[in-house]
Amino acid sequence: MKFNFSTEQEEFRSNLRRLLAERSPSKEVRRLMETEAGWERDGWRKLNSELGLTALRIPEAYDGQGFGFGELGIVLEEMGRALVCAPYFSTSVLATGAILNAGKEADKRALLPGIAAGDTVATLAWVEDNGRWDAAGTTLTVTPSAGSFHLDGHKSFVLDGHTADLVIVLARAPGTTGENGLSLFTVAGDAKGLTRRALKTMDWTRKLARLEFKGVEAKPLGEQGGAAGPFARTMTEAAICLANEMAGVAERLREDSLAYAKMRMQFGRPIASFQSMKHKAADMLVDVELAKSAAYYAAAALDEGDNDVESVASLAKAAASEACLQTAIHAIQIHGGIGFTWDNDTHLWFKRAKSSEILLGDAHHHRELMMQRWAA
Amino acid sequence: MSDVSEESVRAEVRAWLQANWNPDLGLVEWRNKLIDSGWGVPGWPKAWYGRDLPPGLVPVVEEELQKAGAIGVAKAGIRTLAAATILAHGTDLHKQKFLRRILTGEDTWCQLFSEPGSGSDVAGAVTRAEMRGNKWVVNGQKVWTTSAHHADYGLLLARTDWDKTKHKGLSYFIIDMHQPGVKVQPLKQMNGHASFNQVFMTDAEVQPEFLVANVGDGWAVTTTTLMHERRGADGLRTWAMGSDRKGRIYEDERAEIATTMEPYKWYPQRAGRVDLIMQRAKETGRIDDPVVRQEIAKVLVMSKAAEWTARRARAAQEQGRPQGPEGSLGKLISSHVARAAARVHTQLSGADALLSGADSPMGGTIAEILVSVPAGSIAGGTDEIQRNIIAERVLKMPKEPSIDTDKPFRDVPRNTVS
Repeated sequence: MKFNFSTEQEEFRSNLRRLLAERSPSKEVRRLMETEAGWERDGWRKLNSELGLTALRIPEAYDGQGFGFGELGIVLEEMGRALVCAPYFSTSVLATGAILNAGKEADKRALLPGIAAGDTVATLAWVEDNGRWDAAGTTLTVTPSAGSFHLDGHKSFVLDGHTADLVIVLARAPGTTGENGLSLFTVAGDAKGLTRRALKTMDWTRKLARLEFKGVEAKPLGEQGGAAGPFARTMTEAAICLANEMAGVAERLREDSLAYAKMRMQFGRPIASFQSMKHKAADMLVDVELAKSAAYYAAAALDEGDNDVESVASLAKAAASEACLQTAIHAIQIHGGIGFTWDNDTHLWFKRAKSSEILLGDAHHHRELMMQRWAA
Repeated sequence: MSDVSEESVRAEVRAWLQANWNPDLGLVEWRNKLIDSGWGVPGWPKAWYGRDLPPGLVPVVEEELQKAGAIGVAKAGIRTLAAATILAHGTDLHKQKFLRRILTGEDTWCQLFSEPGSGSDVAGAVTRAEMRGNKWVVNGQKVWTTSAHHADYGLLLARTDWDKTKHKGLSYFIIDMHQPGVKVQPLKQMNGHASFNQVFMTDAEVQPEFLVANVGDGWAVTTTTLMHERRGADGLRTWAMGSDRKGRIYEDERAEIATTMEPYKWYPQRAGRVDLIMQRAKETGRIDDPVVRQEIAKVLVMSKAAEWTARRARAAQEQGRPQGPEGSLGKLISSHVARAAARVHTQLSGADALLSGADSPMGGTIAEILVSVPAGSIAGGTDEIQRNIIAERVLKMPKEPSIDTDKPFRDVPRNTVS
C-alpha cells in the first residue's frame, strides 16, 4: 500500500477529519496551548475513548487494535491538520514504540494495556542539554545496586515530559561510550528525586520539559545494555510518523492560504487571479504532494518490513522538513500583514512547522543519515 | 460487451496468433493482417479496424502479442496523435485514406502547431489559409516540428478568418508534406543536436476535402490532439525498446524505431541523469565532501518523492479512482529534478564541466546534461504554463482578465513575423 489507501483507510481518514475539526477548532487549540500542560485529561480521555487512538497500533494481545503504521500515519496527518493539543506523539509514537521495540513480554503486558485504554500518558526521554538526537549523546547514568536501579543526570526537550504519567528514560552504564552500555528504564512521573520543569517553547502546541534525576529509582525496560537497536528502530518509526504529521500541517497551511487568496480582494480582483499567486500556489502544491508521497511510502515501508526503511525514514523526514516549513513561509506571505498578527491562526501552524522541522533532527541531519546508508 | 472477459480476450488473441503470426512475413504485410483481424487496435471502433474493447482490456492484448513475440501496429511518433484526431474528428474519407497506412507504419506524420510567434500561446497562430479557386492555399512558418523532414503528412493549424476572435478564426487541415510549397529545414539547438525542424509554407496547397471538422473548429480539434499528446507521453518510452529477436521483420521494426526515436536520443540527458550521480560522486571522490553530500541527497530525495508521486497517480488511475492533484504535477516536478541534477553534476565535475565531447567526463554525456536540461522546462508547456494550468484547473484559482479573446484577431497585438 505504498501508493494508495484502501477504501477502509479513506473512510477512517474522513471520519477522523470531521471529528477532529469539530473537537479541535483553533479556538480550542489556543485555549489549550496557553495552559502549561498543553492538554486536558478529560478532553483527551473522551476523544480517545471515542476513537481508540492510543490503542490503534498496540497489538490485540495487549488490549490494542493491532493496526499498522498506515493507519497511525493517517491519525498523525489528521492531527497535524487539526493541530490537536494532546499527548499523542509522546504516548503513541515514542513511548509505545520504545515499549514494543525494547520491552520483554512482561514489560509489554505491564505497560501497554494502560496506554491502550488511554489511562497512561507516557513519553520517551532521550535528548539532553547537548541537543543530540542520537543515542550516543546520552550522559545520564544508571547505577545498579542490589537488584534495583537508580538514575542520575538530566534529560531535556522531553515531549510532554512535565505531564506524562510514565517516563521512559535512555541511560548509560558508567564508563561506557557511544552505543554501548545503553539501557531503557521506566520511571513514574511523580517519582522521588525527579524534578520536572516545563520549558518555554516557540511552538506553544508542542510542550517540552527538562527533567532532573537525582537517584531516581527506575524499572528496567528490556535487555540491560541492549537498548541501542530498539531505540534506533523507535527513532525510525518516529521520523516516519512525524513526516506524516507534517504532511497534515503542510496541507492545512496550503489549503488555508489558497482559500484566503481566493477571498482577498486587491486592485479590484481576488489576489488568487494574479499569476504571482498562482505560481506560488502551484509550487506549494508540488512541495506538499512530494512530501506526502514520501511520508505515505515510508509508513507503508514500515508495515511491509522494507529492509531499507531507515533510509526511507530519513528521506521522508528531510522532505517533510523542507516542504512543511517552506509551505508555512509561503502561507504567511500570502496572508500578508494579517498573517503576521497573533490573532490570525496561520502562525499556529507556522510554529508547528518550525518545531517539527527541528524535532528528531532537521533536513541536513537526515540527508546525511540517508547518505551514510546509500553512499556506503 | 458484457460477454467479454479478460480470459476470453486472452484465449481469442492467443488462438488467432497461433494461427496467424509468422515472423517470415514482411512488416507491412503482417501489420495489414493484424489490422484486418481487429487485434492491432482492439480499443478502436469495429468499423475502423478495432473491436470496441474496453480500455482496461487493451493491455491484455498487448501482453499476448508480446508473449508470442509478435509485432504490433506502428505506434510511436506523431502518427498516434494523427490517428486519434482523425478517429475523433475526421470524415470517412480521412479514415479510409489515412488510418490503415498510419497503423502499418507506411506513412509518417508531423504536427504543425507551434510558430515562431506563438509558443505557449498556440491559439495565436498566424499561418494563413485561404480559399483560392477550389483549394486552400497556405502561407506561414511552423517550428519545433519533430520528424517533418521525413513526414508524409502534417496536422496543420492555420488561421482562416482574421475578423473572428482568436480561437474562432482557426481551422485544422491535413497537409501533404511532399509538395513544392513546403520547405523543411533542420533547427539546430543549443546542445548541438537538430531534433526538430522549421517548416516554411509558401502557397502550399490543401485539397478542400482535407479540412478536418468545419472551418472555425480548428481550436477544438487541436485540443484533442494535444490531449492525446499529454496522455501518450509515457507510451513512447516503453514502446521504444523494441525486440532483440533475430529475423527480418524484427530488423525492420528496429529500423523503424531507430528512425522515430532518433530525435529523442538526448532526452535522458535532458532529464538530468539522476541515475549517474552516485557513480560520478564516487569516481570523482566528491562523495566525501559534506557540502556535496547534502546537494546529492537533495536531488535523491526529490527524485524518489517524484517517482512515488507518479506511482500514486498511476495507482489511482488503475483503480479507477478520481485522480488527486498528484496527477497534474509530473511535468513541473521533472523539470525541478532535472535542474537540481544538473547543478549536482556540475559540482561533481568541477573544472571538467568546462569541456564537452570526447574531452569531457563520460565521453560527453555530462556535458550534454548541462546544455540539455534547459529544454525540459520549456518543451511541451513551459514551467510557467504548467503552474498556470495547476493553479486554474486543479486549484480553481480565477483566470486573469484576458485582453486578446473578445475582439477580432486582426486587432490583437502580436509578434511581427520577421
